[in-house]
Amino acid sequence: MITAFILRALDRRTSIVLAVILGIGILLPVLNLATDPSSPFHVPTYVLTLLGKYLTYALLALSVDLVWGFCGILSLGHGAFFALGGYGMGMYLMRQIGDRGTYGNPILPDFMVFLNWKELPWFWYGFDHFWFAALIVLLAPGLLAFVFGWFAFRSRVTGVYLSIITQAMTYALLLAFFRNDMGFGGNNGLTDFKDILGFDIQADATRGALFFASAAALALGFWICRAVIASKFGKVLVAVRDAESRTRFIGYRVEGYKLVVWTLSAMMAGVAGALYVPQIGIINPGEFAPANSIEAVIWVAVGGRGTLIGPIVGALLVNFGKTWFTSGMLAEYWLFVLGGLFVLVTLFLPKGVVGSLMTKGSRKPVEKPIEDVVAPGVAAGQAAE
Amino acid sequence: MTVTNEPTRVAHAKARDSLLYLDGVSVSFDGFKALRGLSLVIEPGEMRAIIGPNGAGKTTMMDVITGKTKPDSGDVYFAGDTDLTRMDEASIASLGIGRKFQKPTVFESHTVWDNIDLALAGVRKPFATLFHRTTKAEIARVEEILETIRLIDKRDWLAANLSHGQKQWLEIGMLLAQEPRLLLVDEPAAGMTDAETAETAILLKEIAKTKSVVVVEHDMTFVRDLGVKVTVLHEGSVLSEGSLDVVSADPKVIEVYLGR
Repeated sequence: MITAFILRALDRRTSIVLAVILGIGILLPVLNLATDPSSPFHVPTYVLTLLGKYLTYALLALSVDLVWGFCGILSLGHGAFFALGGYGMGMYLMRQIGDRGTYGNPILPDFMVFLNWKELPWFWYGFDHFWFAALIVLLAPGLLAFVFGWFAFRSRVTGVYLSIITQAMTYALLLAFFRNDMGFGGNNGLTDFKDILGFDIQADATRGALFFASAAALALGFWICRAVIASKFGKVLVAVRDAESRTRFIGYRVEGYKLVVWTLSAMMAGVAGALYVPQIGIINPGEFAPANSIEAVIWVAVGGRGTLIGPIVGALLVNFGKTWFTSGMLAEYWLFVLGGLFVLVTLFLPKGVVGSLMTKGSRKPVEKPIEDVVAPGVAAGQAAE
Repeated sequence: MTVTNEPTRVAHAKARDSLLYLDGVSVSFDGFKALRGLSLVIEPGEMRAIIGPNGAGKTTMMDVITGKTKPDSGDVYFAGDTDLTRMDEASIASLGIGRKFQKPTVFESHTVWDNIDLALAGVRKPFATLFHRTTKAEIARVEEILETIRLIDKRDWLAANLSHGQKQWLEIGMLLAQEPRLLLVDEPAAGMTDAETAETAILLKEIAKTKSVVVVEHDMTFVRDLGVKVTVLHEGSVLSEGSLDVVSADPKVIEVYLGR
């Protein structure tokens, strides 16, 4: 059933996007590993790592688009799910350090030794196994989203109120994770990673593999989103976005739909965070910062809300811009540029870059009803009176 | 206590043969009494027009029936013994009560076809819709409804591009697709041209052959076109009931509504 469901979504456009993402996922690591550093085709490792980070951002943007673009839930707290996934992976990587830490304790990570803790807290159990960490990467954001969504959607919290409590959620987690006695490394977070699955995390080959994994996760995420949107379920989501009460009066229990897509989206964001951490080499409470979640929304808006490809393009574009800007003397103006970009896109490209291109390229004639043709004249006439 | 129980038992007996049964329904919002002891009985297969000045409680009555608003007191029963006050919108809709809003409310970014397809009686649960595959029977049913509401040649149009009247019909089509036993229609002729209004009356009469319909309407010509029993609401309760001619002659009605 699930195979049929996912295969059904494999139309031409989806196949092309998947091929491009996976193609880049294979090509760049190969160019990094197989070419000589002096070759014009050589991709330096730092570029690979940077682009790998962008790919995880793109997956985060995709997850935001799934709920915002198609179901109208504007989440200003998706960074929380991203960070939770990141912490899940970070905890595994911490346990992988073993006795190679500064204090040489084979069980306890450095920060726990520093805090004079005598044994591993119960919630760190199991993180020495990759499969367990991978499960938590999905379950922790998924569970948080499920509980949050259960209460919020049942109480019919919508619109700006929902956005505000998502901000509050990520801010509360930010404060919580800053505390040392939470057991997640306090404000330093988790870092100094050595190995992942037994491979040196700094090695070029590992970086290449992580880059490919990020591309593959993005491709899979895109495919799942396409399948969801193409199904009747996806049509109900759009119906909820357009006219929520109409959807209820037709007989759909809207909160159930929101809960399913919200939880799915949070799990995607969690996977993005988990792939982000080994490439960046650190996870700290800063990832919960409300600004991060808002930035993800800007990527989606810039690329094109409700297009699935748009958020990927938007995340890449904005982050290229950020890297370029913040590495020069204009660094301190970046936030102004970002804010200005958001304003400009909202005013002049409300459908985003990809959304506008798609409308332009669409050959399907949109027949206008007569009223609309008449309306401007009527409006002008009224204005003249 | 037996004295107070007696009317309830009688009421239930009465509710059993009716399709929709409202008894002594009261609703207030912040002290404003939107409904005060409203009682109304709709028989199976009946078509009823409800008129009344603004603020008479017509929309609140629909909200109560469809589960959007819970009454402070009173009974609301559907098909005899189903207590609607205990159910939410989605389950009431699945029970077979369809509602058309005053302002046409369709899914603007869906095609005409998808609007009907979404309303089609059948799967409603998230995981069922996720894996649902459209059947031949469903396609035939959507086509049939599009024929009825005269939008078959606009099946691939986005609903946003329809005219006001066409949106009203599309919404009626969505109600039909739900295969309801009772249709609640709020001002179907609002903002329509005369030709569209007449066609809407024909459409509703056609629908009323197989289903019970409650129409809330301001337009007297339209109500006359329908030619059905009329209930006049005023300040949250029933003022008068009968054929349009009877209620038009009722001095109370003339005073509050028609006389203005």
